[in-house]
Amino acid sequence: MAIFKRLFNFLRKEQVLVKRWTSYILIVGLIVSIGGCVRITEKKTDVVIWHWMTDRKKAFNELAETYARQTGMQVEFRLFAPSEVYSQKVRAATQAGTLPDIFGILGEKKDFAIFVKAGHVFNLTEEMQADNHEWKKRLFSKALIVNEFKRGNEFGVSPGIYGVPLDVTNIQMLYNKDLFKKAGLNPETPPQTFEEFVVAVKKLKEAGIQGLVSGWAETWMVDCLASNFAFNIMGERKVMRTYTGEVPYTDPDWIRVFSLFKEMADNGVLATGIVAMNNKDAEQNFANQRAAFAFNGSWCVNVYQGMNPDLNYAAMFVPRVSERHPMLIWGGAGSSFMVNARSENKEKAVEFLKWLTDDEQQAYLAQATNNLPANKFSLADISPILSQFAQAMENTTHPNIWPAHEKGVVIEAFDLGIQSIILGTKTPEQVAFEVQEVKAREMAKENR
Amino acid sequence: MKVKSTLENYLFILPAVTIFAIFYIYPFYATFNLGLRAWDGVSPVSQFVGLRNFKEILLQSRLWWPAMWHAGYITLIALTFQNALALALALACDRQIKLGNFYRLIFFIPPVLSEVVVGLVWKWIYNGDYGLLNHWLANLGLMHLARSWLSEPQTALTCVAVIHSWKGFGWGFIILLAGLQTIPRQLYEAARVDGASSWQRFWHVTTPLMIPVFVLVSILTILGSMQAFVLVLTMTGGSPALGTSVPVTRILSSMRASLRFGYACAQGIIFGLVLLVVSFMQIRISKRMKQA
Repeated sequence: MAIFKRLFNFLRKEQVLVKRWTSYILIVGLIVSIGGCVRITEKKTDVVIWHWMTDRKKAFNELAETYARQTGMQVEFRLFAPSEVYSQKVRAATQAGTLPDIFGILGEKKDFAIFVKAGHVFNLTEEMQADNHEWKKRLFSKALIVNEFKRGNEFGVSPGIYGVPLDVTNIQMLYNKDLFKKAGLNPETPPQTFEEFVVAVKKLKEAGIQGLVSGWAETWMVDCLASNFAFNIMGERKVMRTYTGEVPYTDPDWIRVFSLFKEMADNGVLATGIVAMNNKDAEQNFANQRAAFAFNGSWCVNVYQGMNPDLNYAAMFVPRVSERHPMLIWGGAGSSFMVNARSENKEKAVEFLKWLTDDEQQAYLAQATNNLPANKFSLADISPILSQFAQAMENTTHPNIWPAHEKGVVIEAFDLGIQSIILGTKTPEQVAFEVQEVKAREMAKENR
Repeated sequence: MKVKSTLENYLFILPAVTIFAIFYIYPFYATFNLGLRAWDGVSPVSQFVGLRNFKEILLQSRLWWPAMWHAGYITLIALTFQNALALALALACDRQIKLGNFYRLIFFIPPVLSEVVVGLVWKWIYNGDYGLLNHWLANLGLMHLARSWLSEPQTALTCVAVIHSWKGFGWGFIILLAGLQTIPRQLYEAARVDGASSWQRFWHVTTPLMIPVFVLVSILTILGSMQAFVLVLTMTGGSPALGTSVPVTRILSSMRASLRFGYACAQGIIFGLVLLVVSFMQIRISKRMKQA
């Protein structure tokens, strides 16, 4: 007892000292804990893959298990969704040096180029060309070209193939066969021309059915349809000459493109609130038979399957406006994977991607996820609707493979202008003039 | 001994200073530094461009100032409609009414709800095809008023602003109620004895004593409303044709869509300065009002 009493008296006398020492310990503890904020040791896996594709989570995990059984290699797919979150995570990882062995880059070709130039993406050209181009030959060229930088490309990237396409996609029109029948239209002969399209929608409207639904709050979808019309009306060369500044947006052909949106709005072709609708809502509307037409990508097959398995629909080409030039739709690689150039497991990563894009695995992915495979030898068992999308691949184009690109702010002004036309707040001529004004300013800035 | 004591004192404030420097000073410096540069968010190098980003925002941007105006409009609705509602309810609850605590609880429900949930629910209510609002209007025989509320430029911003005010009035209500309860009851009794009417008691007793609380609520409303983001994102995403875009959605767009991180930082700095100036102005005005 005596010893405790002495200790207590000592502590009471030395109270200040005890407080100070407590503070010192706390400071040291804080410094150690800040220093302790180091990277968490990762569990042992041979290849780590980051992706954003929620709908493919199960299929990817099953493929990883199969790969482990066949080769003994542990591959881990890590899902980060939604895609915006994923995109931010990948960008942050470039700064922190924590990119995984395999990852995907969301965005345009210029985004892809930034990653390559910063040294984050492994050049796969040698691997693709090995064994008499064995790997390359298996993949759709339109899918591969999106992952390729040609010699003398505008981004200043060393030529080569920097990504492996996982699937291919294109964006078309979809129509609801049951609603067609209800309106007295023949579901086997969808409209081919813009005029026929407008007439068909008028008939549908008479039957109380909405026309076209699409996620046009996401401006890139507006841009996509507008460029389809532009290619058809004036041809690829003139579109590219507009991007390089040789043809103004006030050209009659461009005004015709803008006017098509006014015609659609004036004739009630477009569903209510289309410019404020995101694509998920648009998909829901089409799947629930609230509209007869949709403008959507081939990924919609899986989406509609999940929303309404009984939906009776088919794909159709975007109605042509002119006979002067072919109608080209956006298409190419859907999602692609890149190998981290700084990864210690580069070889293992490349081996896995070769396996993943092989016939059997691609056929499995196509069936399990309702996406068009990137491997051209895996098309045998795809659904009829996916076959329709596959057939349209021949008529696809994509901004990522165009020889010239428009400036971001001009695209923004262009897309917002079309939204304004649909809303009736601006005329096609006004929009053409405004877009050209932005273009001229950007060109002047570039020349300075 | 004195030096040792001084050093010890500095040592004690070191953790706080370190945390402040890491989490406040450095990010601000980094933001300002990036605002003077052109950077895509991935490249290891960035290009120094001086004040070009600031100049472009202030003099050339077609989309920045409309977004500021939209935020200003939302703030204006919040300052008037939201705070008037909050004050009216606070005055009602300040009286010894029945179920006072129950009302306090009810009025404080909107602020504690998730903004995403509120945004999505109201997006559905406002829907032009199957929304509840149009359904109610139809039932009331007012079908001619039904419209696609969030898709039309004439109504979209006001719809967002009203929901923002509905979501936020609970905070003002709680603060104003707390302020009202600090006013000594004797003052009201004295005024009543002097024959002051309800309005005179409110105007000559409540209002002067509540000025500091009004200032606080107004500043919080301005700062909160100008930075409105989640509701805008979930209800309209800035559409139609950027008719509901606000500064924060523009900053996000500069970073995410245009990959202009430096430009986005410059937008953030300008936006922060605007808020700072507005807040200072408001404090000065309220000081003058108090003196008067």
